[in-house]
Amino acid sequence: MSYTENDLAEDLQNQEYKYGFVSNLESEKIPKGLSEDIIRLISAKKEEPQWLLDYRLKAYAIWLEMTEPEWAHVQYAKPDFQDIIYYSAVKQKKYESWDDVEPEMKETMKKLGISMDEQKVLTGTNVAVDFVMDSVSVATSFKSKLSELGIIFCSFSEGVKNHPELIKKYMGSVVPTTDNFYAALNSAVFTDGSFCYIPKGVRCPMELSTYFRINEQGTGQFERTLVVADQGSYVSYLEGCTAPMRDENQLHAAVVELIAMDDAEIKYSTVQNWYPGDKDGKGGIFNFVTKRGICEKNAKISWTQVETGSAVTWKYPSCILKGDNSVGEFYSVAVTNHHQQADTGTKMIHLGKNTKSTIISKGVSGGKSNNSYRGLVQIHKGATNARNFSQCDSLLMSDECGAHTFPYIECKNSSAKIEHEATTSKIGEDQIFYCQQRGISSEKAISLIVNGYCKEVLNQLPMEFAVEAQKLLAISLDNSVG
Amino acid sequence: MSELLNSTEIDLINTNGYTGVLAAEQKQKASKILETIQFPTTRTEAWKYTRLGKISNKKFSIQKGSVSDISEYVISKDAYTIVLINGIIDTSLSSTDLPEGVICSSIKDTISTEKLNSLVGKNLKLENEIFHSLNTQNALDGSILLIKEKTILEKSIQLIHILTGEHTISNVRNLIVSEKNSQAHIIQGFFSENATESFTNSVTEIFVEENAHLTLDKIQFEDDSCYQVSTEQVEQAKNSTFTINTITLNGALVRNNLNIKVIGQNCCTNLNGAYLLKGNQHVDNHTMVDHIAAHCESHELYKGVVNDKSTAVFNGKVFVRKDAQKINAFQSNANVLLSDDATINSKPELEIYADDVKCSHGSTTGQLDEEAVFYLRARGLSEKSARKLMISAFIDDVINKIENKEVKTFVFGLLQKRFDWEI
Amino acid sequence: MITIKNLHASIDGKEILKGLNLEVKAGEVHAIMGPNGAGKSTLASVLAGRDGYEVTAGTVVFEGKDLLDLKTEDRAREGLFLAFQYPIEIPGVSNVNFLRAALNEIKEYHGEDPINAKDFLKLVREKSAIVELDAKLASRSVNEGFSGGEKKRNEIFQMAMLNPKLAILDETDSGLDIDALRIVANGVNILKSPENATIVITHYQRLLDYIVPDFVHVLFDGKIVKTGSKELALELEERGYDWIKEELAL
Repeated sequence: MSYTENDLAEDLQNQEYKYGFVSNLESEKIPKGLSEDIIRLISAKKEEPQWLLDYRLKAYAIWLEMTEPEWAHVQYAKPDFQDIIYYSAVKQKKYESWDDVEPEMKETMKKLGISMDEQKVLTGTNVAVDFVMDSVSVATSFKSKLSELGIIFCSFSEGVKNHPELIKKYMGSVVPTTDNFYAALNSAVFTDGSFCYIPKGVRCPMELSTYFRINEQGTGQFERTLVVADQGSYVSYLEGCTAPMRDENQLHAAVVELIAMDDAEIKYSTVQNWYPGDKDGKGGIFNFVTKRGICEKNAKISWTQVETGSAVTWKYPSCILKGDNSVGEFYSVAVTNHHQQADTGTKMIHLGKNTKSTIISKGVSGGKSNNSYRGLVQIHKGATNARNFSQCDSLLMSDECGAHTFPYIECKNSSAKIEHEATTSKIGEDQIFYCQQRGISSEKAISLIVNGYCKEVLNQLPMEFAVEAQKLLAISLDNSVG
Repeated sequence: MSELLNSTEIDLINTNGYTGVLAAEQKQKASKILETIQFPTTRTEAWKYTRLGKISNKKFSIQKGSVSDISEYVISKDAYTIVLINGIIDTSLSSTDLPEGVICSSIKDTISTEKLNSLVGKNLKLENEIFHSLNTQNALDGSILLIKEKTILEKSIQLIHILTGEHTISNVRNLIVSEKNSQAHIIQGFFSENATESFTNSVTEIFVEENAHLTLDKIQFEDDSCYQVSTEQVEQAKNSTFTINTITLNGALVRNNLNIKVIGQNCCTNLNGAYLLKGNQHVDNHTMVDHIAAHCESHELYKGVVNDKSTAVFNGKVFVRKDAQKINAFQSNANVLLSDDATINSKPELEIYADDVKCSHGSTTGQLDEEAVFYLRARGLSEKSARKLMISAFIDDVINKIENKEVKTFVFGLLQKRFDWEI
Repeated sequence: MITIKNLHASIDGKEILKGLNLEVKAGEVHAIMGPNGAGKSTLASVLAGRDGYEVTAGTVVFEGKDLLDLKTEDRAREGLFLAFQYPIEIPGVSNVNFLRAALNEIKEYHGEDPINAKDFLKLVREKSAIVELDAKLASRSVNEGFSGGEKKRNEIFQMAMLNPKLAILDETDSGLDIDALRIVANGVNILKSPENATIVITHYQRLLDYIVPDFVHVLFDGKIVKTGSKELALELEERGYDWIKEELAL
């Protein structure tokens, strides 16, 4: 109970999107627009090897042939891909140590609540952080401590430079460039991201965390994350996202690939709080993300997400359960308010025998928002004894919002067992009255009830994130009841 | 798209066309759509799991068939019967003694009251709907049943559709109107005799008016080489109750579109379905309950057993419009897979825009409980009969929703015929 | 403590309370009895401020304040407690968390500091013992999966935690077996003091064997038509309500 109800009440007072500031940092940008030349320019800026440039160009060629998907339950003005700046980097010297980081940058991180201060490990905050601003990774902490264990945790660019064999082997192995429109786009123009490798049998002793921040106007953010957990290893990975308040829509199209080898486990948690646009639906981030993991024998991948931000979200963290006895989990809370639109869910692809998946999705919609769960459970022919349990609940907070459930269940094996349950209900007036009768204000009652409703998911988050997520839920739902 | 029919036949329909209730404008509209429309592919969300190659790569023709003995197809012995062969009413086989309070005629007759004219095609979407357009353009015949105000029908009315011949197409078009305070039970049976690779494209438009109670039992038992696409387009006015039980037991490819618009308050809608498949059958049930008015409830239960290389698709949608508060909608789909070569695709959907609602859906896919099978065997049942018993227990939930005894008995008879069940 | 004068209230345009008068002083226990549909639960709901009830006439003064002018939560913060006839389940919200939020909001309202975790847990232990409520129930979600008896005991436990001035027990005894009834009544008696008061709404006289009322009121057709001592309850139990109707020529 480190976070008290009073803290929550205090946070509730803070009605504005509190990450909406702009940092005054000098940055280097390339001209807007997308072409082969731009891609060559990005690649050159990053001093990339030829194979990576080839990879990008090939992806670009594929992307040109593709059309933007329209099946999701969202409506938005399609981005003009020639009106986006694809590379923007904070002008930086090479930071040799934390002391070299500019005060303005330190201030930015402080405002975001990120601590790069390695001293903090002594006070119990055991999180290694990679900070990605606009297009490039700015700083990564705890590198030396991790390297003692053979763990690689660095920016994607550094990974390309220092561990090309790993990157070459795994990049695109789970999300191929041909996968979808945004994955292809990302593969062509991605600028940075995080790379993480956990060697055989190593249990990563701390949470690894990447913090994504869009700062510059007119830019898109296209980062890639690649997490490879070698046999028998374990890692818990956290991801946070914020952006300044702007009237324009900015595009975020990321790719995340997870590889869990035999007996490995990856826990991937996201608290997504991109700027959602103002209360009239102006501005906000388009969050079109492809996240997928593959499980080898006895491996486990667990996705946990708390989605409160973005104007439009299009995201389906998925698990390919390739190895026998592998396990996939998806825990999600998606909150939409005002004019936000979210179409999110998961795909569980059962290929191996005795594979198991669990899906717990909690949608909360307020204001005039639309919130859809879209999930696929696919049992292939060889997936003997596969098991799936899905629970998708929707909570309605206003009479102008929409909550939708679109599960797809495909089964080709007669020994599989699939259970899907979904409910949609209104936040109980009786519950609110009960709380009020005990002296609790209606705003707080709602926050209590919603947090209770999301508990199964919030419990999956590491402690520090859970507190942040609780606060976020309360803030996001402010003025949601109509 | 018109390649589905020979061009001479289209001319035949157009020149021999009738001046019945299906207005010429609608036929023209449908023809226009058919000029450019393509068959949907699996990229079309509504057809994601059903490939239409079997239908689209064939040429069908209109044939006037005949059947001498219909006793095998009579579902209820205690009902008024209308027989349609290849989509055309056969008056010689149909009842002549229809009761008072019921208007029964053919859509090609010019009984044309203003009311019926305004109802035909009222809710049927033609844009992007190839089968609806095909039916509208080409329907030669079909029944109109109008249950007059305050009429309480003691006996059921059964529409017996029989498909015959090779590569025959039947574009049958029915209209059922249950007027204010009326009550009726209607049966639609789809059968085939000496039919191979023939195709029924049926559209039934149904209007359940204020405080009317209408129950429809639909039995599908065409040959396992035949195809069927059938649509029930339903509209419910306030305080009405509509129940439909769809039992699909045979057919190579069967697609049911059940679209129910609930436009009045305090309505009750029940949708039940059972499908038992074997061989290479493919059965696709698409249902949509569109709650436009408040204070209504809908209950949906679909259960299926798939064996061999068959495929079952369930896509049930509950749509609650913005002002349709206080809706209770429940939807459930349960499947048993008996073979590793069989496939289940289930997609229960909720799309909800009102806040004061209680909606839920559930979908399960699994096997027979082996423990229970073992238990039964330990009590002396053979494995085969133990399994049969378990399957019938599973599917009975739905069959028992059929209130009419005659229909229920007939369904059990079919189950025995096709699956060698004993009851 | 509370003075209700000529209270008229309706729901969906239908008048349920038709000029109800009642005065409760500190230290007193009042029982309200009456046949189904007399307006007993409506009275509880109106006093607690539930939505959908419209007060068309009359006044309610609670500790010198116009009760009807206060928001539901402020009524609670002023010391009005309603033990619900049907305590609602709140999935995922633990009893402890819930009570701490309530307690601290009440404290904040009175300008007091929030209670610290240690004192709070001590209080939970102490008060849960009063109603013999298993400590495990305190950490479970509010009323979720509780048996009927546990729900009612939980109501009294919450009452003990929040220490109200006026407690209204709305059919707290209905559905309880005799053991649970004894526990609930015992809890109420322990909490009784010269500073607080209790209104017991009930169907059954048997509760009044355990919670001894100073006054028994008969609520009939939206009004209190008869007031007496605890013997009146016994009489009602034996003879039903018809004789009152006749006696008063209603």
